[in-house]
Amino acid sequence: MKKTYKIEVDCAACAAKMEDATNKVDGVDNATISFMTQKMKVEFAEGADVDAVMATVVKACKKVESDCEVFL
Amino acid sequence: MTKKQKKVLYRIIIALTLLIGLAFAPVEGWVKLVLYLIPYLIIGYDILRKAILGIIHGEVFDENFLMAVATVGAMCLGEYQEGAAVMLFYQIGELFQSYAVGKSRKNITALMDIRPDYANIEVDGRLEQVDPDDVELGSIIVVQPGEKVPLDGVVYEGTSTLNTSALTGESVPRDIQTGDEIISGCVNLSGMIKVRTTKIFEESTVSKILDLVENSSMKKSRSENFITKFARYYTPFVCYAALALALLPPIANMIMGSGGNWGQWISRALTFLVISCPCALVISIPLSFFGGIGGASARGILVKGSTYLEILSQSKYVVFDKTGTLTKGVFQVTEIRPTGISADELLQYAAYVESYSTHPISKSLKDAYGKEIDNTKVVNVEEISGHGVSATVDGHDVHAGNLKLMTQLGIHAVDPEAAGTVIHLAVDKNYRGYILVSDVIKESAAEAIRGLKSAGVKKTIMLTGDSRKVADIVAAKLGLDEVHSELLPGDKVAKIEELLDQKDAKEKLAFVGDGINDAPVLSRADIGIAMGAMGSDAAIEAADIVLMDDDPAKIALAMKISRKTLRIVYQNIVFALAVKLVCLVLGALGIANMWVAIFADVGVMVIAVLNATRALKTKNL
Repeated sequence: MKKTYKIEVDCAACAAKMEDATNKVDGVDNATISFMTQKMKVEFAEGADVDAVMATVVKACKKVESDCEVFL
Repeated sequence: MTKKQKKVLYRIIIALTLLIGLAFAPVEGWVKLVLYLIPYLIIGYDILRKAILGIIHGEVFDENFLMAVATVGAMCLGEYQEGAAVMLFYQIGELFQSYAVGKSRKNITALMDIRPDYANIEVDGRLEQVDPDDVELGSIIVVQPGEKVPLDGVVYEGTSTLNTSALTGESVPRDIQTGDEIISGCVNLSGMIKVRTTKIFEESTVSKILDLVENSSMKKSRSENFITKFARYYTPFVCYAALALALLPPIANMIMGSGGNWGQWISRALTFLVISCPCALVISIPLSFFGGIGGASARGILVKGSTYLEILSQSKYVVFDKTGTLTKGVFQVTEIRPTGISADELLQYAAYVESYSTHPISKSLKDAYGKEIDNTKVVNVEEISGHGVSATVDGHDVHAGNLKLMTQLGIHAVDPEAAGTVIHLAVDKNYRGYILVSDVIKESAAEAIRGLKSAGVKKTIMLTGDSRKVADIVAAKLGLDEVHSELLPGDKVAKIEELLDQKDAKEKLAFVGDGINDAPVLSRADIGIAMGAMGSDAAIEAADIVLMDDDPAKIALAMKISRKTLRIVYQNIVFALAVKLVCLVLGALGIANMWVAIFADVGVMVIAVLNATRALKTKNL
């Protein structure tokens, strides 16, 4: 399953770091962040609990870039 | 400016004023440090906070860390002014970057402003505005002049003209009337129309296009990935290099017996850190691609990802499908050669004798005639299978058909040397000339081929299922380099594979097709370009680049846009790296000071971002 989220992040390097961090979260198959459109696209693994996974994703992103915002 | 940006702006102004004032203040020692700490903390507190948070979270090497170390280091060395100034200029650079990015994002979204806000539905004789998402399939919606068409459908009532420029880049309005198909995203210009929807909003053209454009920056190009990877190794490397610069020379000096000179080397190492910040690269590359994609979509060229822009710029071979791509794919009367009667009369006879037939050729004859056909004048219609048709028109015996029919009638006639279908006509068994019906080459096709050649394409190739004679004539007219005719759909894929094998791996091959029956070939080529995609889902799915109108000349334009974008990308990479490298060496040698470092960081970024925004401009390529 794929979902797109709106995000708010100030610099391109931070977006790249968030992308990296999101990809390391369990239950995420593949994640891409477009800094230009301020969007995050997440492909979830089979049978993953989307809400739980996204909560971890937000935590992971906040860790690498404290100023970022992910709108669930 | 956003709220966040404004806040930074105020901080910059306050810090700048304080710093200028302090430059004239006759203070020394710890009073000076305290006074300088005020503007420094005003402008840099968030950077320091993020740097500390980064260290806590194990994300050590980022730009916040670089800036924090460099400025705190400068403060410790007593270079108060430099320390505060570096932080100030860094923030100015960041503000400029976020403003420039926000602005070009807005520009691009404005170009693609095709999202309809509402649909009008008639309820009890009154118009009601509803969310396009809520309109059910087959509903009747009302589109008033000046409004966007919210959903795909068929005109149910009314006539009007449509502005399709948001979708196609084409500025000439299109006339529509009852029964015509209409796609969402166009703007209704003149009359009120009622439309019966044929698709729900999610599947309508406008949703598909928006989805495609918004996701295009997700498919990242090689250069983008390169920069992200580069930054990952580069920043730690620079940090260690700076550390080495701060430690090794003084230690070496001490071993040699002279003074360590610690202050000087640490100061050089800090300069080194400021220079090395990779922001210019990391921001300007995606910005350039985004600009290029946005600029292209404003001209009716949809690019599905920056990686395709990159491949297109490297394309050296362009393979075309014939029908529907280089030609219009509709049969039209292209030549009328009467013998003994006028051209109008010949066409009239042809249209009348063919009036009962539904064959595409007959239809094109009737279209060319253009007037109402009085069916009562046509009697005794007889189809002569494989030959043609005969009938009594207005009391005359008319035969229309191929050469065989004429020979059967004992009439001497000759087929002309031309691509297409020839219809010979005999009236009362006297030869009256022929009409040529053929597929018409698009007006801009020859220009398109020339444009590609001048854009550096090595070979233009045409693949077609049509007969050799027709294919050769079209190819000669357009100046194509290679033709392969009489191919079955499966042969086309085989041919593409053969061509892919022959060429150099670095030279890319583009295939241009009409997207409906060329899907396998489109996906097999290095890059697939679909033509005339207005409303064709298959094309949008299979192709990497979609030309919204039927204009083949747009391929050359797309190529030029891609080249320009890539040129800007490379300029930025080379420029930023070169300036930084030179400044790094100068910094290590002690020639470049903190002020040069600030230029190498912020100045280069500003220039790179300004250069990147050029990609959005697609006029005068």
